[in-house]
Amino acid sequence: MDLTNSPADEAFRAEARAWLDAHVPAEPLPSLETEEGFAAHRAWEAELAADRWSVVSWPEEFGGRGADVFRWLVFEEEYYAAGAPGRVGQNGISLLAPTLFEHGTEEQRARVLPSMATGETVWAQAWSEPEAGSDLASLTSRAVRTDGGWLLSGQKTWSSRAAFADRAFGLFRSEPGTPRPHQGLTYLMFDLHAPGVTVRPIGRLDGKPAFAELFLDEVLVPDEDVIGEPGQGWRIAMSTTAEERGLTLRSPGRFLAAADRLAALWREGGEDPFTRDRVADALIGARAYQLFTYAAASRSAAGERLGPESSLNKVFWSEYDIALHETALDLLGEEGESADTGWSESYVFSLAGPVYAGTNEIQRDIIAERLLGLPRGRR
Amino acid sequence: MRFLLDTEQRAFAGSLDAMLTAADTPSVVRDWSRGDHAKGRALWSRVAGAGVFALAVPEEYEGVGRLPLDLAVAFVELGRHAVPGPLVETVTAAALLSELGDPAPAKRLLPALASGESMATVARRGSYALDGDAVAVRLSLTDGEVRLSPGHGPVRASLDPARRRTHLHPGGELLATAPPFATALLWARLATAAQALGVGLALLDRTVAYVRQRTQFGVPIGSFQAVKHRLADAKVALEFARPLVLGAAATLDPADVAAAKVTACEAAYTTARTALQLHGAIGYTAEYDLSLWLTKARALRTAWGTPGECRAVVVSG
Repeated sequence: MDLTNSPADEAFRAEARAWLDAHVPAEPLPSLETEEGFAAHRAWEAELAADRWSVVSWPEEFGGRGADVFRWLVFEEEYYAAGAPGRVGQNGISLLAPTLFEHGTEEQRARVLPSMATGETVWAQAWSEPEAGSDLASLTSRAVRTDGGWLLSGQKTWSSRAAFADRAFGLFRSEPGTPRPHQGLTYLMFDLHAPGVTVRPIGRLDGKPAFAELFLDEVLVPDEDVIGEPGQGWRIAMSTTAEERGLTLRSPGRFLAAADRLAALWREGGEDPFTRDRVADALIGARAYQLFTYAAASRSAAGERLGPESSLNKVFWSEYDIALHETALDLLGEEGESADTGWSESYVFSLAGPVYAGTNEIQRDIIAERLLGLPRGRR
Repeated sequence: MRFLLDTEQRAFAGSLDAMLTAADTPSVVRDWSRGDHAKGRALWSRVAGAGVFALAVPEEYEGVGRLPLDLAVAFVELGRHAVPGPLVETVTAAALLSELGDPAPAKRLLPALASGESMATVARRGSYALDGDAVAVRLSLTDGEVRLSPGHGPVRASLDPARRRTHLHPGGELLATAPPFATALLWARLATAAQALGVGLALLDRTVAYVRQRTQFGVPIGSFQAVKHRLADAKVALEFARPLVLGAAATLDPADVAAAKVTACEAAYTTARTALQLHGAIGYTAEYDLSLWLTKARALRTAWGTPGECRAVVVSG
């Protein structure tokens, strides 16, 4: 057991910190979920990428620094401690890119990854449908074979970032009538501005268009935008979601920084005794999440495959994030009701955590059935 | 960075688990709860023989050096099997004696603690000492002094019948002034946290086994979502307490140790509530062995630091 970072990782930390000190905007950018804010965050991605800080864990040839997971964790700690902006490219970087690294072709990686790293292309995800949420495999949007590619038709929804994004990725039913719903699905990338695509932004709880419905009417997608084998989409999507959700969807750095901000808020407000325990729990939870992640990363580095335990992670951070923000809003008193404090937008965002990326009810089913060995039953 | 137990540490946990599984600890606990210490002492010798107490004793006093991580690994197993006796207190006494300015008391008392020949308890004046009636070494802490207490008062019943607490008689031989209580408290909290984690893990295992075999409405009750989700939440709580316990053992930082103590104890207690609920009425009986862990989960929450005291350390750290 060794809880210390290598000297090389600490040198990397110092380099990241110096860069962030010099570059993080003094004033927060406008909300990422507005047109103006989206553009500002896209420009920030370009600034990160110019000095190879946007995708540190990617190989150098695609704009990264070849950082292993421990070095990535160091970067994330520094990134959020510096109060740097949210990442508009997160969907592509944490969900699509790992899929391309594992299942994509060299041509796809060369074509897709560099513009993802700079923010020139921002990706939205297109998984859910009006009738396929937790039961994602029941999705009905179709991919129909045509000369040189596929025609996509159907409706996707809750597509994060799609109001202002450029391209999207998701699953489509390419073989109707398979014995099981998970079969016959194909993983495709498509252009949100292609003929046949209609994007209807949806206002989330605070009214900002954080996600959108996508209406697809015979949208032509060339063969080169199919990831992996047609019909194997479910397996391809799941092979990376478990791994990635476990380690990289929410980094501990984000929560360590938020808990420190909360503790500072509590101290500045005169150490309200009624809130002390909740502030302590925020600090404890951030440390627990950091150590849990170190343990998972250590197992991964030792060659262990991370599987259903990522569901523990998802339940923990999503519930934790809400509790932390509720404590902050309570501490702010009547100011906590204001919609423009440094906590309000992240509070609204936190409320979605237990719902997206597989609801916490689905995660608890996975924990019970695959980690504890309880029998399957009716959902 | 490598936040993983090594092969030897995992083998150590496995061998303790196997030894304790074979030892029929529930019958040992029930005897101990009645004040019959014979089986408990025999088990204590075997635990000591496995090297557990030596992990809290420096080499110059016939221990193996102070190895908090290995000790935490061992205490998870002791908790998992509900082993009775002043386990935490013996470790705490060892930590205290190891750091007195004068090495004479350590030289005299520590070898027997390391070997398991004697047990120890320790308490601040006015607090209860666990198993004061069973031990040879009773350390009594008063304002700036540590004394070898000459005796103990009557046993005060605990919600956990296996925890037999007594007050210590005042006076006795003065061992040292200005005892390093803060250091001893770290070891006490760390060992309690690890023990509580083990208690919680055992409660979860037993409850999972129960809901898999208990059938109602023609199916195992473990197939119901209401049951699954409570157990999933217990699993989440325990799996996030575990790295705090091991991390605290690695750093011995007071805030880390306090965080581990409150989190492991609360995870164990949450699991106890779930275990009681999902077992139904049988879980609410003293005769069913589940009660040995249920009651301990409650008692450990306040042993060596209440949740509030531990959280206060965290926010001031």
